[in-house]
Amino acid sequence: MSATRAPGAVPTAPSKEPIGPQGMKQTRSPKRLLIYVLLAAGLLIMSAPFLWMALSAFKTSSELSASPPVWVPTEWTLDNFRDLLDKLDLPLYFMNSVIVAVLVTVSNLVFCSMLGYALAKLNFVGRNKIFGLVLGALMVPGNLMLLPLFVLMSKLRLIDSYAGLVLPFAAGAFGVFLMRQFMQSIPDELLEAARMDGAGEWYIFWRIVMPLVKPALATLSIFAFLGSWNNFVWPLIATNDPDKYTLPVALATFATDPNKAGGSNGMLMAGAFLVVLPVLILFIALQRHFTQGIATAGMK
Amino acid sequence: MSTTTRKAAQPAKVQAGPGTSQSPAAGPQERRGGKRSSMGVQNAAGWLFSTPFLVLFTVFMAFPILATLLMSFTDFGLRNVTHPLDVNFIGFENYANLFSDEKFLKSLFNTAYFVVIGVPLTIFLGLVVAVLLNNGIDRARTFFRVGFYAPVVTTIVAVAVVWRIVLDPSDGLIAGLFTEVGLTPPDFLGSETLAMPSMIAMAVWRNLGTVMVLFIAGLQAIPTEVREAAKLDGAGVWHEFRRITVPLLRPTLLYATVITTIGYLNVFEEPFVMTQGGPSDSTLTVSLNMYREGFNFFHMGYASAMAYVLFVVIMGITVLQLRLLKDNTK
Repeated sequence: MSATRAPGAVPTAPSKEPIGPQGMKQTRSPKRLLIYVLLAAGLLIMSAPFLWMALSAFKTSSELSASPPVWVPTEWTLDNFRDLLDKLDLPLYFMNSVIVAVLVTVSNLVFCSMLGYALAKLNFVGRNKIFGLVLGALMVPGNLMLLPLFVLMSKLRLIDSYAGLVLPFAAGAFGVFLMRQFMQSIPDELLEAARMDGAGEWYIFWRIVMPLVKPALATLSIFAFLGSWNNFVWPLIATNDPDKYTLPVALATFATDPNKAGGSNGMLMAGAFLVVLPVLILFIALQRHFTQGIATAGMK
Repeated sequence: MSTTTRKAAQPAKVQAGPGTSQSPAAGPQERRGGKRSSMGVQNAAGWLFSTPFLVLFTVFMAFPILATLLMSFTDFGLRNVTHPLDVNFIGFENYANLFSDEKFLKSLFNTAYFVVIGVPLTIFLGLVVAVLLNNGIDRARTFFRVGFYAPVVTTIVAVAVVWRIVLDPSDGLIAGLFTEVGLTPPDFLGSETLAMPSMIAMAVWRNLGTVMVLFIAGLQAIPTEVREAAKLDGAGVWHEFRRITVPLLRPTLLYATVITTIGYLNVFEEPFVMTQGGPSDSTLTVSLNMYREGFNFFHMGYASAMAYVLFVVIMGITVLQLRLLKDNTK
């Protein structure tokens, strides 16, 4: 597992050059400069839409439609945010998104870890079949479930409810796979010793295994939280009552309705800014766990 | 929980396994018992630990997948949302209709277009960035990685809104760049020929980071000695890349290609927010088409058939990719 990335120990492969002989380092430096230039140019293109969004959110309407485009507003204004909050109850949608995402995250942490533990550390009849099921579930596209899921939720009267938004995502196959991968690296001897001392499986799972896989739990919580936060199709289908919209549904409804936001790019930029900003902050603060999770899933 | 009591209750007949004799506190009888009953306990525990997932999986995944299949052979409509069992089985009619439905064929073509252009571009650019990051960059490595990965984590709806405005012909960023150099800016999303390429550009921008991270992990797994040996043998940069890096990256390449393809075959949010499938259905994808048939017009049987056609296409392409890319390694 630890081979997937190693923030502390990265320099193994790339450190050849700085460590190498002086002469070599010097002949290499034009090449490295070129690499830096290429990467910087790429990064500029990658971040341009974000910068444009962030700056546009604070522009006056005349500067928003100025041609040639104005990058930095000469006169910073909060009007776009004010107008947007007048028309769209963003705090409500924000809370809806938070509640749903927190519930999804907690249930994934518990249920995916439980099955992950069973698959990694318990010898039981049917284990391989269940693992096969998990791998199969990883490959099924979500679109295949939408229609009957909507009918089912209507029947259960869970349309426009938090339960209806949470339940279909309460335990994902990706989470099980991730937890199993991590838990496999826990030495069997440790668990055997606990069993010898009379510990039950629940105790072992909760008190011994879970504390040992905290990094994996961190990774899984981020993925589950963001997956839920950014999810669009199901909340779009499972909510009719605007009071139950999540942020993306509210924003999309607002953006695609010509009567609401039709002309106002400023409001839309302000809205996108408010939706994207928390995610970006979360990501930058915890970026190590993201790359780790992606890399782990890619390793067989 | 009950391990201890069972141990005591079941005197052992089996000999102690290796390692058990180390336990200082327990008497010989108990030790042996523990080893044996632990099998039964693990069986029960295994199933108990699996139950929550299995219940959720059955109700919210396995059942809907099967139900979609059944629905695809019926005329399931709005009335059936309240009376699901009151449907007519119409055999393969939905499927037959799909293939004479020009709108569906167009959505199939559009999706294929998106995948065929978008996947190679995403993989190629992701690989380029990963290789650049892995060669000669030590400082700012994290900085660049974070920068290239950031679009992946952002809310796609918000990002699609931003791109819609960036591409706006009258006051968008790109239009501004065109006017600056004296060109008339094209109406990217309003043009039948440019709408899909614009959407592909956005998808590449958004997904390149995932592929990059996978490739970085793959590159770092290649032993330094292998590269060094190649260098000593006088291999140039390009030669080393083709003969060593690419073959050793093949598993990563395979995984990245498969997940990108699956993701792109399901493309929905981008056309939903940016163009609503237009102009003239030129960005109507299969998923968007399915959503409309199912939830705007409530032709749910028909939409289910669409979902299954897409599913079969996805499975077919995935299997094909696995075959193709695996055979090459031999």
